[in-house]
Amino acid sequence: MRIKHDIVVAAPVEAVWSIISDPERVLSYMSGVTRWEVAGDIPAGLGARYRMLFRIGAAEVGGLIEVVESSEPYEFAWTSVTGLDQRGRWRLREAPGGRTKVELRLAYGIAGAGISGWIAEHIAAPSVSGHVRQTLRQLGRLVEHEQLRERAARRRAGAPGG
Amino acid sequence: MAQANTTKSPGRNGHDPAATVDDPGASASPSRSLVEKAWRELAGVVQRRIPRADLDERDPDFIREQLPLFWLFSSVWFRGEVRGLGNIPDEGPVLLVGNHSGGNMIPDTMVFSVAFSTYFGVERAFYQLAHNLVLSVPGLSWLRKFGTVAASPSNASKALSSGAALLVYPGGDYEVHRPSWQGNRVDFGGRKGFIRLALEQNVPIVPVVAIGGQETALFLTRGEGLARLLALDRLVRLKVLPISLSLPWIVNVGDFGHIPLPAKITIETLPAIDLRAEFGPEPDVDEVYDHVIRLMQDALDALAAERRFPVIG
Repeated sequence: MRIKHDIVVAAPVEAVWSIISDPERVLSYMSGVTRWEVAGDIPAGLGARYRMLFRIGAAEVGGLIEVVESSEPYEFAWTSVTGLDQRGRWRLREAPGGRTKVELRLAYGIAGAGISGWIAEHIAAPSVSGHVRQTLRQLGRLVEHEQLRERAARRRAGAPGG
Repeated sequence: MAQANTTKSPGRNGHDPAATVDDPGASASPSRSLVEKAWRELAGVVQRRIPRADLDERDPDFIREQLPLFWLFSSVWFRGEVRGLGNIPDEGPVLLVGNHSGGNMIPDTMVFSVAFSTYFGVERAFYQLAHNLVLSVPGLSWLRKFGTVAASPSNASKALSSGAALLVYPGGDYEVHRPSWQGNRVDFGGRKGFIRLALEQNVPIVPVVAIGGQETALFLTRGEGLARLLALDRLVRLKVLPISLSLPWIVNVGDFGHIPLPAKITIETLPAIDLRAEFGPEPDVDEVYDHVIRLMQDALDALAAERRFPVIG
């Protein structure tokens, strides 16, 4: 099953990248994710591994994932090593007005599970899709809020007597 | 699923077939002798059907491929909710002790096993003890691939020694068939073998408290008198012959399967108990038993307080 949603964020692409590439911030915007821990010696970037879990229905699914593509500041992709078969990708592109189009793609399934796997994937899809949309909204709010704070800090620093 | 009971020398399945098949107190009358002989024959057949306990039969790939099917039952039919899996140590042997509900369809075991396998991954060895009869039922051999082994102290020790997580239900057949109006009561029937097991193996106990299973049918009675009358205890280690109202049989005697009602199953995993750290180097088994029961009953009471309606949850 493949799920894809996007959103346009009022912030430059570098600002979005700084958040999505930081494993310590994942839990603050990724909806449905209950665990995202560094597993291994590389904390971030290509080759970094994380143990992640995602609540869906009666279970928390996920497993060990590895970052397989990290092209700053445009592409960030991972694939599963153990657990649920999954591929994920953040795709960032500049949009007019200094904004950024943020796309989150998620493909998941269980190889060899047959018809029950197909049914489970489709039954889970609305919930997963909702979490992907919610993740984008939360990421958007987080990035834009940080932009506002930075601008406010700059204004204060530049203001006479500030 | 069943209790970690106490038997003497383990046989081919970790049980002593002689203790159950050969009954020295035979035949008071010719007719009784005939009935007992027939029962012994049947018990012998059952014993022969119980597979040899082999931990290597657990198959992670098989479990992984079946998870979507069980996830569907767990999520859609039982609306399962499993909390506190983070209380289970991330690695190493651990004894998971659950209260058992739902008759022979064991919905709580399925919901928990799916959640455990997805949370820790199928790579983590996880075994469950089951009653001999469960493993001898034709068509249920796949349970062994899931890590289900016959309930016996030797099998339990073997699983824990291998570093695996082991799920036991001390209340076993006695608890799982309690009447539905006792659904919110933890009742191990005084079985304390699990504590001795945890002490022998020096592993932590993690209580697993479930609610909702006893609402999947209307369980009327354990039928202990009936089981005694038919000598089921001596022959096949069954202390009960339950009677319930369930689908599709309406009146279901023996519970050789039924369609469970879609009751919401909620499971709470409690913090791990390190027996020697909490009760000293030589813990008193009775004291530990009372403590575990009290903890589990408190958690079950809290889960019961959350429920508004039977079945719906």
